Amino acid sequence: MSVLELDTPVRAEPHPGARIRRRRLPGKAWQRWISPLVLVLAWQIASTTGLLPTRLLAAPSTIAATAVDLVQAGTLPTAIAVSLQRVLIGFTAGAIAGVGLALVAGLSRKGENAVDPIMQMLRALPFFGLIPLFILWFGIGEAPKVLLVALAVSFPLYLNTFAGIRGVDGKLAEVARTVGLGRTQLIRHIVLPGALPQTLVGLRQSLGVAWLALIVAEQVNANAGLGYMINDAREFLRTDVIVVGLLVYSALGLLTDALVRLLERRALTWRREFLAR
Amino acid sequence: MATRVPGPLTRPSEAATGPVATVDGLTRRFGERTVLDRLDLEIGRGEFIALLGRSGSGKSTLLRALAGLDSEAEGGLSVTGSVAVAFQEPRLVPWKRVHANITLGLAVPDPKEKADAALAEVGLTERAGAWPLTLSGGEAQRASLARALVREPDLLLLDEPFSALDALTRITIHQLVLQLWSVHRPAVLLVTHDVDEALLLADRVLVLDRGRIAHESDVPAPRPRHRDHPDLTSLRTTLLAALGVSPEGTT
Ligand SMILES: Nc1ncnc2c1ncn2[C@@H]1O[C@H](COP(=O)(O)OP(=O)(O)OP(=O)(O)O)[C@@H](O)[C@H]1O
Ligand SMILES: [Mg+2]
Repeated sequence: MSVLELDTPVRAEPHPGARIRRRRLPGKAWQRWISPLVLVLAWQIASTTGLLPTRLLAAPSTIAATAVDLVQAGTLPTAIAVSLQRVLIGFTAGAIAGVGLALVAGLSRKGENAVDPIMQMLRALPFFGLIPLFILWFGIGEAPKVLLVALAVSFPLYLNTFAGIRGVDGKLAEVARTVGLGRTQLIRHIVLPGALPQTLVGLRQSLGVAWLALIVAEQVNANAGLGYMINDAREFLRTDVIVVGLLVYSALGLLTDALVRLLERRALTWRREFLAR
Repeated sequence: MATRVPGPLTRPSEAATGPVATVDGLTRRFGERTVLDRLDLEIGRGEFIALLGRSGSGKSTLLRALAGLDSEAEGGLSVTGSVAVAFQEPRLVPWKRVHANITLGLAVPDPKEKADAALAEVGLTERAGAWPLTLSGGEAQRASLARALVREPDLLLLDEPFSALDALTRITIHQLVLQLWSVHRPAVLLVTHDVDEALLLADRVLVLDRGRIAHESDVPAPRPRHRDHPDLTSLRTTLLAALGVSPEGTT
């Protein structure tokens, strides 16, 4: 997986394409469910007939039953709680670092000269490759996992917030000057709100990589959490448990993405009403 | 510099105070191009000046310099007192509702009332709570004008503030600007492409060409003016000639 691909700032498009696509086919949404359902059905048939051995991939029905069992036994909720906590702590730390550094670099030339070269160098590092070093430095406890998440999160947020600050319309800054706003007020009223759309793009990217980083980190020496559950299942060839774990990962990913969308809707009303016209 | 013939609204106290802005040999280059070339200009207190000139002649550049936004202009420039600007594009802050745009940086005890009054004057009361991106071109321009007017500055710089307005709204806004001008008496520098508009509103009309004030005329007619006033008719011909347009080609 490529780090570059994930944290290259994408220009904040005036509209997320998904929303438009959804609007285009309001009455025919159910048609989009046909092909996935057919696929699951085919999978089930293949499993039942023995065409697809359970050793490689469990049947959808088995997976569903296992999911229920795991929830009832408490294994899954505990694993989710542990993983969620790692992501939360790592994300918070990474977000503070990423946005904080972007403010330092974005708001002054000196700050940019100090921070940006280092960030540009570090972002070229394949940070999943840092895991061996992290283990040497921090052992195999929570620290390396949380730190890997934090590191993964900080770059997209840094790059996008920095680009957002620098992309603020200079003409609005001139307006601020002519109406007598000082530097602090300029930052508060013009620069930060102007950078927000791009920061939210960064937020979405960073949440995506946060889960990715967690999955990778949890493959290594975890004794709790979703990654541990999956790894443990591999030992016993429990493909059903593995698939449940993967599904939970993606559900959590989708959930956080939805949260950011909600945040975007709230924070960018000024743009949304314009687009809704 | 031509002496100004005071209009009927001029108060005696104004003559006593010095100019609100003095431009002395102002030069502005963009690379090889010299847009303003040792330009001289004096703006008296409370004086209403219209600035004409072809597209690209440097009108906005001059305004930016007067607004204190151009650090690269060379030569003498002094402005005393407060300045408010309505830019050529409305430049509303998109994430602030219209009324918040009007009160942006407004240091008065009752900004809200001021904004409401200003919005009522430009006919935007209904759109006070709207997001700028949802405004029509003319609405945005009026909001931008209101943001400048509400500040009651000593020098009001208006860069084609009426260009997106329909003829009827334009007449209303002309009256509004004249009325506000007669009450607060700011000096006004109005950039326009419309010779008639200049003659209708200004005490003095300037034509910018090749980086200098190539022509200037006082407009002696008392206000309210009618565009068919005989003094204005001959001035119009003169100004159009200064702009390089033959009068037959227009109106
Ligand atoms: N930042 C800039 N960099 C390079 N050239 C510029 C810049 N700003 C203005 N110019 C040039 O200076 C000239 C004068 O521009 P200005 O905006 O002052 O014209 P204007 O008289 O206001 O024209 P218009 O009536 O079309 O608004 C133009 O040729 C423009 O291309
Ligand atoms: Mg211009």
